[in-house]
Amino acid sequence: MSMPFYVAPEQIMKDRADYARKGIARGRALVAIQYDAGIAIIAENPSNTLRKVSEIYDRIAFAGVGKYNEFDQLRVAGVRAADLKGYQYSRADVDARSLANQYAQILGQTFTHEMKPLEVEILVAEIGVDAAHDQLFHILYDGTVLDEKRFSVLGGDAEAIAGRLTPDLSSTPDLALAIKVANRALSGPERNLVADDLEVAVLRRNGARRAFVRLDDAEVERLLAN
Amino acid sequence: MAMPFFAPGDNPGASFLDLLRRTGVEPFAAGEVGRVNVPHATTCVALRFGSGVVMAGDRRATSGKLISHRLMEGVVEADRFSGVAIAGAAGPAMEMIKLFQLQLEHYEKVEGMMLSLEGKANQLSMLVRGNLPAAMQGMVVVPIFAGFDTAAGTGRLWDYDPTGGRYEEKEYVATGSGSLHAGTVVKVGWRSDLDEDGAVRLAVKALWEAADADSATGGPDALRGIYPVTATITSNGWARVDDARLASIVEELLAEQRARNGGGQR
Repeated sequence: MSMPFYVAPEQIMKDRADYARKGIARGRALVAIQYDAGIAIIAENPSNTLRKVSEIYDRIAFAGVGKYNEFDQLRVAGVRAADLKGYQYSRADVDARSLANQYAQILGQTFTHEMKPLEVEILVAEIGVDAAHDQLFHILYDGTVLDEKRFSVLGGDAEAIAGRLTPDLSSTPDLALAIKVANRALSGPERNLVADDLEVAVLRRNGARRAFVRLDDAEVERLLAN
Repeated sequence: MAMPFFAPGDNPGASFLDLLRRTGVEPFAAGEVGRVNVPHATTCVALRFGSGVVMAGDRRATSGKLISHRLMEGVVEADRFSGVAIAGAAGPAMEMIKLFQLQLEHYEKVEGMMLSLEGKANQLSMLVRGNLPAAMQGMVVVPIFAGFDTAAGTGRLWDYDPTGGRYEEKEYVATGSGSLHAGTVVKVGWRSDLDEDGAVRLAVKALWEAADADSATGGPDALRGIYPVTATITSNGWARVDDARLASIVEELLAEQRARNGGGQR
């Protein structure tokens, strides 16, 4: 009978984390920025059909980086959980914090108990009645939840992107500036991304029930130009 | 409440109703009760005009001989490009509208695109059919569905029966206790070249005449400022006709009526 080698739990966790991080780093990053009338989510995404940013509920958006099929499964589960809760209680009872906690449970559970961790990082964003009540929950592959303020960066190169973003965001930008700043940060010094490379969606604080709006390439181009 | 995950073979896809059933919520559980007297919402009409459709419904709900609500909204926005109007038992009708709205939004979010108008009409069929056990106990719900078909660039209308049968109409549809009168008025006044204004007027007039002849249909109530829920659906989406405009249309109808009576006493 063969004996399995003893591997220290620290080593197992480290290997899993490295595996997840490598998977996430292969994909492209995204940023979410609080602007003067809501939250803008800007992702580098060459595809015009496979979305990284999408609507979960009236005031809640979802964004994911990493392996598409994995975060898309999480997105659909989020839409289902939100719609069920809204149906059984009230639309006002659906909130990002509860969704973020549920996502954290699933990611944490998968990270410790499954063969393979999910190679994703996700963002659950919610706009409140005013900017002070906006929420950005950034959830990592191992279930760690970060409650972030003003902006959030997801993806492999997050630190460098956040470093480029911080000096440009000393005050709350308008939408055009937010997209420009995000574009610069995502591009880095060596590249120059155009509207077609970006996927942009916003949660707009304008009183409409469904705050989520996708901006098309023409609109993004216009905002980048002015 | 746990976040719902499903095995690939058991996945409810974009169907909110299937999702409810998989999570143990049965939306149309008909109990073994006898016939009960519940509020009924009454008359609704929808008609086509050049660039879309108009929907209108009166505001009265009745329980037997009594008026139970004066502010019912029997015509509601199903999503940006469609509306649904329901006559019949108010409780199941409101639940059906809520489920229908949720189903359309749920599909749109899960799939990342809107259902086609035909697809929406078909979904409503299934909801009506799901209500059949309750309908057998007197809780009949008979909706009409209208919307703007963005693919075809035109307004379209559907009529239903209590078993979920779905019939597309080309000119107008009417449902509810006053539908015979309302439908006749629309039938007589309908022309293929109606514009938005003419269509709104015709719909309001139809409900007016229905209220005049059917005690369960509420007429415009100038005293309380209650007017029929009237909405247009065009390429710009759903738009409610505001009360000020409805009030002036009703004023004109009143004047017309007075002129018809010769203004005399009897």
